[in-house]
Formats: sequence, structure tokens, C-alpha cells
Amino acid sequence: MTYTVTRAGQPLPAGLPYDVTVIGAGVVGAAIARELARYRVRTALVEASDDIGNGTSKANTAILHTGFDAVPGSLEARLVREGQRRLTAYAVETGIPVERVGALLVAWDEEQLAALPALLAKAEANGYHAARLLDAARLAELEPHLGPGALGALEIPDESVICPWTTPLAFATQALLAGVHLHLDCRVTGIESSQDIHTLTTTRGPLRTRQLINAAGLHADAIDRLLGHDAFTVTPRRGQLIVYDKLARDLVHHILLPVPTAAGKGVLVAPTVFGNVLLGPTAEDLDDKAATESTEDGLALLREKGRRILPRLIDEEITAVYAGLRAATGHEDYRIKEYPDRRYIAVGGIRSTGLTASMAIAGHVTALLDRTGLDLGAPAELPPLTMPGLGEVSDRPYLNAGLIARDPAYGTVVCHCERVTAGEIRDALDSVLPPRSAEGLARRTRAGNGRCQGFHCGAGLRALIEGTRT
Amino acid sequence: MTRRERTVDVLVVGAGPAGLGAAAALAASGTRVEVLEREQSAGGIPRHCHHGGFGSRRGGSGSGDVSGPDYALRCTAAAERAGATLRTGITVTGWAGPRTLDATGPGGLERITARAVVLATGARERPRSARLVPGTRPTGVYTTGELQQAVHLHHQHIGTRAVVVGDEPVSHAAADTLRIAGVEVAALVTGHPATALAALRRRPGAPVLSRTTVTGLTGRARLTGVTVRHHDGRTTTLRCDTVVFTGDWIPDHELARRGAVDLDPGTRGPAHDASYRTGEQGVFAVGNLLHGVESAGTAAAEGRAVAAPVLRHLAGGPWPVGQVTLAVAAPLTWIAPNLIGPDGDRPLNNRFVLRTERRLTAPMLVVRQNGRLLHRQRMLLPARPGHPFHLSADWLDRADPRGDTVRISVR
Ligand SMILES: Cc1cc2nc3c(=O)[nH]c(=O)nc-3n(C[C@H](O)[C@H](O)[C@H](O)COP(=O)(O)OP(=O)(O)OC[C@H]3O[C@@H](n4cnc5c(N)ncnc54)[C@H](O)[C@@H]3O)c2cc1C
Ligand SMILES: Cc1cc2nc3c(=O)[nH]c(=O)nc-3n(C[C@H](O)[C@H](O)[C@H](O)COP(=O)(O)OP(=O)(O)OC[C@H]3O[C@@H](n4cnc5c(N)ncnc54)[C@H](O)[C@@H]3O)c2cc1C
Repeated sequence: MTYTVTRAGQPLPAGLPYDVTVIGAGVVGAAIARELARYRVRTALVEASDDIGNGTSKANTAILHTGFDAVPGSLEARLVREGQRRLTAYAVETGIPVERVGALLVAWDEEQLAALPALLAKAEANGYHAARLLDAARLAELEPHLGPGALGALEIPDESVICPWTTPLAFATQALLAGVHLHLDCRVTGIESSQDIHTLTTTRGPLRTRQLINAAGLHADAIDRLLGHDAFTVTPRRGQLIVYDKLARDLVHHILLPVPTAAGKGVLVAPTVFGNVLLGPTAEDLDDKAATESTEDGLALLREKGRRILPRLIDEEITAVYAGLRAATGHEDYRIKEYPDRRYIAVGGIRSTGLTASMAIAGHVTALLDRTGLDLGAPAELPPLTMPGLGEVSDRPYLNAGLIARDPAYGTVVCHCERVTAGEIRDALDSVLPPRSAEGLARRTRAGNGRCQGFHCGAGLRALIEGTRT
Repeated sequence: MTRRERTVDVLVVGAGPAGLGAAAALAASGTRVEVLEREQSAGGIPRHCHHGGFGSRRGGSGSGDVSGPDYALRCTAAAERAGATLRTGITVTGWAGPRTLDATGPGGLERITARAVVLATGARERPRSARLVPGTRPTGVYTTGELQQAVHLHHQHIGTRAVVVGDEPVSHAAADTLRIAGVEVAALVTGHPATALAALRRRPGAPVLSRTTVTGLTGRARLTGVTVRHHDGRTTTLRCDTVVFTGDWIPDHELARRGAVDLDPGTRGPAHDASYRTGEQGVFAVGNLLHGVESAGTAAAEGRAVAAPVLRHLAGGPWPVGQVTLAVAAPLTWIAPNLIGPDGDRPLNNRFVLRTERRLTAPMLVVRQNGRLLHRQRMLLPARPGHPFHLSADWLDRADPRGDTVRISVR
């Protein structure tokens, strides 16, 4: 199998212009590239950083939403609902870890309790009919470790948790295998458009394309401006999160959501597919699109909220702290717009639901291409793909006797906290899209992501990565 | 079942000084003992402590001043010589029953049932995230454990200028490792006050910034600095490309907890009595798993000392239930052992080990049960955070083995 991934120091392919170029290899750009891979068009995916999914897509809450609380009638509501269906099916097909744990919107005071019926009605308006109200007794039965004072809840049985790293990786891998070119370390800094060709100035030289799709996440507004538009401004809204140890996993059975207020969705407690517990995110409007640092205040706020929701959680060990930036545009919807005369589609403002909606966004955007003058022809089936099972509910290799018998490397545990084996690490390093850094390896295998954060295996993992680079 | 099922007399989990000490002593008495170690070689943490000072003068497998790797080899050789079965590259992954453990290795999956299980899984340092140090997430952030492996086992490039967080023995070991790797040590940072004694002992080199806490890390791809706050409110940024978080130990208690072994709230290791018995019948625990970090010599001595109670258990000795708990009051953070056995067993060297969260000058340790004074002991030397100090066990006969919690406080 041949595929094209280029990196810093390598030339961009010369010759014919691409039919379509997607700027930004986050979950949205990767999903679009994968969708385009079904058609007979030459597609490029260009990404500023050295890996896919390195922007907002790597640092979110990893919930596969039902869209029960979206603004009814919005594009987001439709794409989240459809995206959830598509991604759920795709996850089954490819082995992306998903756990349908369900969500509980917990009311902590009378006012919140009184708000639940309206939220139930909103869910119905969004076409979601499985939600139901629970009284305090039933709630306490379902979540015995909840803090005192919970009065009731709205249950959304289909809210799920998903692996945020395998998802864009699966999209990108499948796109590559079907012939899409991926250019990493390739930041777009300028665009010049003639009658039928865009010439992108990139940090790795010029790149020519007929059609352009802007999926640059936080920087989608800047790309839009390079084309002379002034349609929206992306304001980063930071979300800080704390990951608690796997030993805390038994404390919580559902995604525990607060009743939403004007200030946003609020702080939740959720299981992860890796068997940890998440607490977060905060919501802070900033102006620095690189401000992914955590803060003293943010972490203190999370712990204060967490103590109320699940008091015992706060005594558990912390595994990791991270922050992501949502692409807020001051507009309660996605900003997806096609410009037929410019052969251009802006995919902006993919706020806090882009992981869930990614496949539906891809479908929507691909359909819009027709209006920008690109006839895609009939779609083909993509060859099937199987991703490594990183989820805790799947049969992890270290527990798979048959696999170990065929290949003993799956019996050699290298990362002890996450039980990642030499076989899995080797597979990741040999994969279509191998990691370039310890962080990239962690997103592909979980190695190094555990409670010790490298005390035991960090140096060894680095040696393995360096070994493949020299 | 696709797991190979076997039985052994004693299964030891972890081949550090503690597990190896236990294996050596048990094998020497003719017991069938098997040690499982998840790393490719036995020896535990000392494998990558390339400095002297290992081994206790009290004898055993080390005698005096050897380096960590040599000490690891000695412990390993002693266990093998005595006839213990050492199996490396095998990870114990969980429990299938009270004394039945599941393991994974390149040879496949196993399920091993033992008449006695000795947990010796060690401890680790809390990483930056667990200490909730905010800021960016650049490269160049280590614990001592990772640093030592990077330098001594993998000869990796570290950086040029480092800050060490902590001022315990392990912090100084980290500073030494950094210097060996050619990294300038800008400072050691500790929240504790400076001690005159420590200043005298310290050789010239990096300053110790006392009463100072780390408030954040800066830098995008690579660390560019550590922001700190002095207790008087002054803040500054220490320029560096490397930071090492040292000390702040947490026992590697996953297996213990998954086996429903009760933990002591202070140590976060298994609650245990002077015979290293946990709350689970037939399950013993030794070494750093019990109490975060002590010296390797102490861990090895605990390992050797567990042999006698294990043999008693194998011979059908009773397992105590409802033992009296030992509890400490702040600023004490923990005491070990922290259960009192009914059989009057004495802790190692007839003394309990304690830790404090702040420096105490000539503290008076007070032991009470049901309000009744059992013991008072004035310490001559100051008690310092990160260093062990001891409470005599002489009062044990006066404690009521059916009474309330025994409380230890300082005055
Ligand atoms: C705290 C938080 C919690 C969230 N929780 C959830 C959740 O539970 N469920 C859910 O569905 N969604 C959630 N989201 C939202 C979701 O993560 C985002 O919607 C999604 O990741 C957006 O993907 P993207 O591809 O648009 O952006 P990104 O992942 O940011 O990708 C954009 C890419 O474009 C690249 N790029 C930018 N400029 C250029 C340039 N000039 N040239 C080349 N490349 C460029 C960037 O490097 C980046 O890789 C959450 C988000 C946050 C921050
Ligand atoms: C960075 C550092 C520096 C130190 N410097 C010194 C010093 O200079 N002098 C000194 O005297 N002491 C020093 N110590 C302390 C000394 O290393 C410890 O006291 C000693 O190693 C403790 O022995 P142990 O057997 O309890 O634990 P460890 O040495 O940690 O051994 C535990 C073993 O258990 C294994 N294990 C854990 N879980 C499993 C499982 N599920 N399955 C299989 N195997 C498992 C681990 O891989 C490990 O090998 C230092 C410790 C550290 C961390």
C-alpha cells in the first residue's frame, strides 16, 4: 500500500494542482478528507503542526453527544444528531472505543429541578425521545456517591463517551489509504486566487488547488480573511480539565452534567473510555489562541465544583491536567458557508460539539462542493479499517491470550499504568501515520498517559521513539 | 480457560529490595517462593540509582556503601542463591480470588494461586499533574525516577539548566544526576523553611529556595521557566529548560486496592501490623508500598522480616481480625506499621516510623488510647519533612488489643 504523508524538510509534490485542499487536520478536517476520499478527486489535507488532531481535537471532554440540548432548528442541532448516528456506527465498524454510559443532568436546587421539564421538552424538540425525569431516590440508586443535596435528574440514556484520539486518526488513516495526501508541518500563511486556481503560500512552499475547504479550527477566521471575507471572529474559550485515576472509576456510572445556565454547559464529571474520570471543563473567554495552559484559579474552581458533585473524587489521585480551546464565534451555531464564485467553503465556529458532529459536517460540506462547481461523481466504498482497541471495555492486548500466543510482544507490558505492550507500541511506530513524539505515541496507544506520567516508563518510551527516528 | 493455572506456596509481587529480601529469606527456609517482576530485570528502583550509599551496615545482602545497580544485583543474586524462582517481564494484572493473581507475560496469561501473597510493588513520586502545578505542558518535565532512567539507563540528552522541586534526600540525588548529565542546577525549591544544619552539610552549588512554592510552568514546546512564590508573597520566574519533581511519594497501591486490601489513610499503602499482615487473609505487604519512600536497606530488611510471619501463616497460624488502628494527628502525616497485632509482635528494630508535614523542633510524641496515656517520648533531634523519625514500641504491652484506635500526637 502506498500513501503520501510529507513532513518538514520534504518537498511538496509538484505538478498538477489538487482538486480539493482541506486546511486543518483536526477531527473536522480529517473527517472531510475521509469523506472526499470516497470520490475520484485529488485531495490534500494540510496541517500546520507535526501531527493530526493536535489542536482542539486532542483536548476535549470526549462525549459523543445526542444533541438533546442543542438549539432546536440550528445547523448544529441537525449535524450533531446525524453525526452521533454516523460516528456510533463508524466506531463499531472500526473499533473506535465508545461506551454508552448515559448522562444525568443533576438538579442541585429547586430552581434547577424546576428547569428539568423544559429541558425534557427541548430534547423532544431536537427529536430525542428517550430522555426521562428521575426523582431523588432513583438518582441516588443510580449514583450512590453523588454529593448531598441532589434533588432529581433528567436522564439521557444515549449520551456516550468516545476516544477523542482514535477518531481523527481513523479518519486520517482511511483517507490516506484511499489516496488523500497529508502534508504536515505545513502552515498556510497566504492565499492568492486566480480564475480557477488558489495558490496557497505555506511554510513548505506553494501549493495549488482548485477548491479550498477551511477547517482550521481556532484559525478558521484568519484563513477566511486571507480570502477577503470578514464573516466571523473566533474567540478561544478555554476549558481546563482534570483527569482522575482509574481507581476512581467505580465512583461514577454516568456522565454527570450540571443543569445548563447562561454561562454555558458548566462543569461535568464523566467516565472516560480509558477507565478514568474527567472533571471539567471550565469556560474562560480569552484572546490568545495558544493559551492552553492550566491556571491556579481554574483548577481550584474545578475541585470546588467536583467536591460538590462527587465528594470522594477529590481524594483520589490525579492523573493529568489539560486544557482545550473551543472556537466560539459569539453565534449559537456553526459557521459553515460556501462561496460558489470563490470555490471555497468556510467551516468555522465548530464550537463544543465538533467531535460528535465531525462525520455529519463532512457529509454536509461535501454536498456543498457541488454548489461551488465541483462535480464529485459517484462515491465508492472505502476499504474497511480496524483501529487498535484502546478502550477499557474492549479486549486489551495484554489480556488476549490468543494474540499473545501468536505474537509474544503483546505479552510484554511496557507502560505499566496503562498496560500498553511492546506489540502495540511497535504497531503504532509502524503505522500509516506514525507518532513523532512521546505525546503522539500516547494518543495512539495510551502509553505514558497513566498515573505515573513517565516515572516508570517515560525514558524507555522516548528511547523507542528516538530509535525509530534515527 | 486460556490462562495457565498454577499454585505456589508464596507468591511475591515485585522484585525490588523488599520483594527480593522476602524471597531470599523464605527460600532459605525451604519454602517454594516465586517472584514476579514486570520490568525486564530484577532489582527495583536501585537499578537506576547510580550513586553510592546503598545497603545497610546491619548486614543482609548489602554491607555498607555500594551503588544502586550493584545493590540491585546483590539483592537479586541473594534471592536466586537461596533458591527463589525469579521471573521478570511478567506483570501481575489483577486478582481472580483471595490469594489468586492473574499475570501477563510474553509466554501468555497465567493464574497463580498461592498460600501466601507478599505485595512488594514499591512507590513512585507524584508527577507534576498530581501536584496540580498549573501552566503549560512543555517537554523537559521529570520526576526523579524518570530522570534517573533517562540518564543512567538510556543516556538521553536532558537539557542545560534545571530546577529541582524538593529538598529531600531524593532531591539531592536528582541534582547529582542532573550534574552528571551536564545540566546546571539553578536551584532547589522547597516550601519548607531553611535548616541551618542542612546548609552546613550542603556542598557549594545550587541554592535552596526555602518557603517557596512552584506556582506554574512556562514554555510552549519546551520548558522555559518555573514560576515560584515565596511565602512573603514575592514571585519570580526561574529560567530553566528542565524541572524535576522529587519526593512526594505515593505507594504503587493499585494491586492492593484492586484486591480490596484496606489502605491506611496516612501512608496510602496497605494498613498493616508489625508482622506485615494486611486486612486480607494471607496477604502481606512490605517495602515502599507500605509507606512511600524509605531507604532501600529498610525495604530489604522489611522483606527479610516478613519471612517469619509468612512461615507462621503457612503453618496454620491464625489471621487476626479487627486489629487496633494507629492514627496520627497533624502535623504528623503517617505512622507505619499502623495496626496492632494481637500477638504482641514488635515492629522492625522495635520502633515505628513516622513522617511530619512540617519541621518540629524537639517534639514530644504522645501515645493515647481511649484517652489513656500509654507513652510519652521527647525527641532530641528535630523532625523534618521528607525524613523518617521513630517512635519506640516499648508501650505496646500497655495497649488494649481490643480497645479503641491508638492516637499519636505531638506537643
Ligand atoms: C474543553 C472542550 C471540551 C469539548 N468537549 C467536546 C465533547 O465532549 N464532544 C464533542 O463532540 N466536542 C467537544 N469539544 C469540541 C471539539 O473538540 C471541537 O469542536 C473539535 O475538536 C474541533 O475540531 P476542528 O477540526 O474544527 O479543530 P482543530 O482540532 O483545532 O483542528 C484545526 C487544525 O487546523 C490547523 N490549522 C490552523 N491554522 C492552520 C493553518 N494556517 N495552516 C494549516 N493548518 C492550520 C491546526 O493546527 C489544527 O490542527 C470540546 C472542546 C473543548 C475545547
Ligand atoms: C528516585 C529514587 C531514588 C532513591 N535513592 C535512594 C538512595 O540513594 N538510597 C537508598 O537507600 N534508597 C533510595 N531510594 C529508595 C529505594 O530505592 C527504595 O527504598 C527501594 O527501592 C524500595 O524497595 P521496594 O522493593 O519496596 O520497591 P521498588 O524498588 O520500587 O520495587 C518494586 C518492584 O515491584 C515491581 N512491580 C510493581 N507492580 C508490579 C506488578 N503489578 N507486577 C509485577 N511487578 C510489579 C516494580 O517493577 C518494581 O521493580 C530511592 C528511591 C527512588 C524512587
